[in-house]
Amino acid sequence: MKPLPRWAEIAVLPLVNIALAFLVVGVIVRVIGADPVQALRLLVTGAVGSSESIGYTLYYATNFIFTGLAVAVAFHAGLFNIGGEGQAYIGGLGCGLAILALDRVLPAWALIPLAILAAALFGAAWAAVPAWLQAWRGSHIVITTIMFNFLASALMVYLMVNVLIAPGSMTPQSRTFTAAGKIPSMQEALSWLGIAVAPSALNLSLVLALACCVGTWIFLWHTPWGYALRTMGHNPEAAVYAGTSLRRTTMLAMAVSGGLAGFVAVNELMGVHQRIVLDFPAGYGFAGIAVALMGRGHPLGILLAALLFGALQQGGAELAFEIPAITREMTVVIQGLIILFSGALLNMPRPWLQRLLSLFPASAGKGGA
Amino acid sequence: MAVPAAIELSGIQRSFGAVQAVRGVSLAIAPGTITGIVGENGAGKSTLMSILYGLYRADAGEIRVDGRAVRIDNPRDAIAHGIGMVHQHFMLVDPFTVLENLVLGAEGGPLLKGGLAAARAELARLADAYGLSVDPDARVADLSVGEQQRVEILKVLFRGARILVLDEPSAVLTPQETEQLFRILRGLRDRGVTVVLITHKLREILAVTDRVCVMRQGAIVAERDTAATSADELAELMVGRKVRLRLDKAAPRVGATLLEARGLTLVDRRGVRLLDGVDLSLRAGEIVGVAGVTGNGQTELLQVLAGIRPPTGGTLAVCGRAIDAAHPGDPGEMRALGVAHVPEDRLRQGIVGAFEASESAILGYQAEPPWCRHHLLDRPEVDRHCAELMDRFDVRPRTPGLLSSHFSGGNQQKLVLARELARRPKVLLVGQPTRGVDIGAIEFIHRELVKARDAGCAVLVVSVELDEILALADRVVVMFAGRVAGEMPVAEANERTLGLMMAGAATGAATGAAA
Repeated sequence: MKPLPRWAEIAVLPLVNIALAFLVVGVIVRVIGADPVQALRLLVTGAVGSSESIGYTLYYATNFIFTGLAVAVAFHAGLFNIGGEGQAYIGGLGCGLAILALDRVLPAWALIPLAILAAALFGAAWAAVPAWLQAWRGSHIVITTIMFNFLASALMVYLMVNVLIAPGSMTPQSRTFTAAGKIPSMQEALSWLGIAVAPSALNLSLVLALACCVGTWIFLWHTPWGYALRTMGHNPEAAVYAGTSLRRTTMLAMAVSGGLAGFVAVNELMGVHQRIVLDFPAGYGFAGIAVALMGRGHPLGILLAALLFGALQQGGAELAFEIPAITREMTVVIQGLIILFSGALLNMPRPWLQRLLSLFPASAGKGGA
Repeated sequence: MAVPAAIELSGIQRSFGAVQAVRGVSLAIAPGTITGIVGENGAGKSTLMSILYGLYRADAGEIRVDGRAVRIDNPRDAIAHGIGMVHQHFMLVDPFTVLENLVLGAEGGPLLKGGLAAARAELARLADAYGLSVDPDARVADLSVGEQQRVEILKVLFRGARILVLDEPSAVLTPQETEQLFRILRGLRDRGVTVVLITHKLREILAVTDRVCVMRQGAIVAERDTAATSADELAELMVGRKVRLRLDKAAPRVGATLLEARGLTLVDRRGVRLLDGVDLSLRAGEIVGVAGVTGNGQTELLQVLAGIRPPTGGTLAVCGRAIDAAHPGDPGEMRALGVAHVPEDRLRQGIVGAFEASESAILGYQAEPPWCRHHLLDRPEVDRHCAELMDRFDVRPRTPGLLSSHFSGGNQQKLVLARELARRPKVLLVGQPTRGVDIGAIEFIHRELVKARDAGCAVLVVSVELDEILALADRVVVMFAGRVAGEMPVAEANERTLGLMMAGAATGAATGAAA
């Protein structure tokens, strides 16, 4: 059968997958006794119905962009980085430590870039250990990155409870950062331009996320390092032939991946919480796998997938609030189904689409014999 | 004709998008014959056979088997009509025994026992009837490539095929194994099986077929009785112009020694000596051919010379740099020293199938100007460079943006060769320069290699095709069991002497002749 044209491959197939996922969600909503049409309406208005909800949608999408790009970069190198969760967490330790140490000394214009850099470096360092283990010791990166999520979690609990906890506090969180460590909220930033929007968690980290999209695109497709990285991912033997060190490239890919995941801390800690808190990565690292899969590893696709996941997160919260029968876990179900349909079952609708397209002329060849 | 044709195709057409792969082919194949279908890569011969086997649907046309019009929508239909296909790449499960592979897909019930017993009896009958003996209880992984192919043929016969289609069956075989395969095919023909052989190797066509059809650009341009044609005529028909099968070259003007290996040794982790004290020198302006049966250290020799694997013993002097176990080189460094390498396995090493052709055209040179400036790839420059290479080396289609895997084998090879020659290397290492490459391209590639030699490049050619070694090389080195078994000027070499050396001693008189 004919392969799908490029436009159908990129645009139509993912939409069909999402539609299928929502169809199944509709059935589930029906079964638990709610009205699917009403639920869908609430989901959509909850996600994009007001400037506040749009703000939250974009705020969630920011995290998904970071972790989606992180997974994609590793994936282009043929590495499956499942450790985005831990890398984001340790990235938070990095930027938190930088701010706690310097926020009474440095002004915001100096501290913010420094803290962002610290987040990336710590995330990269946390990813570099499994990368090293794979490159030199042959330990499989899927296993080690998963284990490093648990290590990161245990380490952070220990540090928060015993070391970084604010004096006199009963909850395990650090002291509040001073204003020097705060990334301006979008409401603030837009008000400088004379634009008024409702307050939300959205902050200027979104700009960093968009810059990361562009940067990742340039890195992967327009630098010799990205070239070597993709060569290794597609064809390790050709990479060796070309004189690329597989070990160094593995380290590079995982460091970039971990650094991108570390930026989740910028959005969460510097943009919103203003302190180090427990469990702030909240599953974004894992969702990044789905975002990268859906976005086909391309920054533009990841941006779109992140927007969808952000909208689901925000709309789902509203939905759970409005219809008591539908709990917050329903968004997890929806996410899971989208991952199922656009990941594992990605190719299921392909033959249907091919048959559908072949019904249209231009190629109307009747089978011979 | 009194007896209807075993297969009769009339007016078969098939297009892929705008490309007409098969345009109105009509063809009758007489039962109990061996018919060869030759043509260059992309001439449409594989597409035509895929239509016959139900892998593709024809856009128009009719297929008749034994005189009856049939409809073949999938391989199952083809098998039901007695048509079986042996693919170039084997479809066998390695850890299974021959018998288990045979019943795969025809297990005959929920319990294997009955099916296996029936299969064993049937296998014995087939072995008897067609003279094809294979140990039914041997694991496929333990069989030689030639024996695995025999299992493939048995599998097809087991399913009741009377018409056997083989797609480039000799691509993976040694000359000796090819000769065995031909004996089997002749035996099958004598017992009434109709054989269709797809190939682009003229020597095989002449050796084994009764009749030959030549395809070019999707159409059959000629049909001949094999006895009444010649390699030159077939080559001309395939390419559509006169082809020089013989290579004209002047005497070499040999210069300084550029690469010198002394006692080069490579021992792998299990202690196997892959290279065992190889002495070799390469001088500017000469082509050295390395002959040998696959697996006697040629691959490893290329890898060590190209810096991909460090030697475990001995020394290698390349353009003033001394390499040994303590001071290994790497492919990047070798490239910088002026050593270019066209690897044996294009798809796995020489290009990246998922990359655009323009990206594959800078593989290994991606961090060098003019393609990389200020750590950024200059994509327009990369495209321009690729277009230039494609023009110079006649790579088709001339589309730098097309994925590398979408080019035919010959065009991929031309692209790799173009890339490696573009930098005017001092030493050029070439593995299997024309494996899977069609005749028109072989001629071209050979001429380019001689041109590089005449320009003062030291060229090392590793090939399993003796013809190629004898045509190209000025000096021949024969490898056996990781050692240099012999070395001589090409004027003193012939198939028989080289064949004896390739077989490791004077034991293989027959082997030498078969090659």
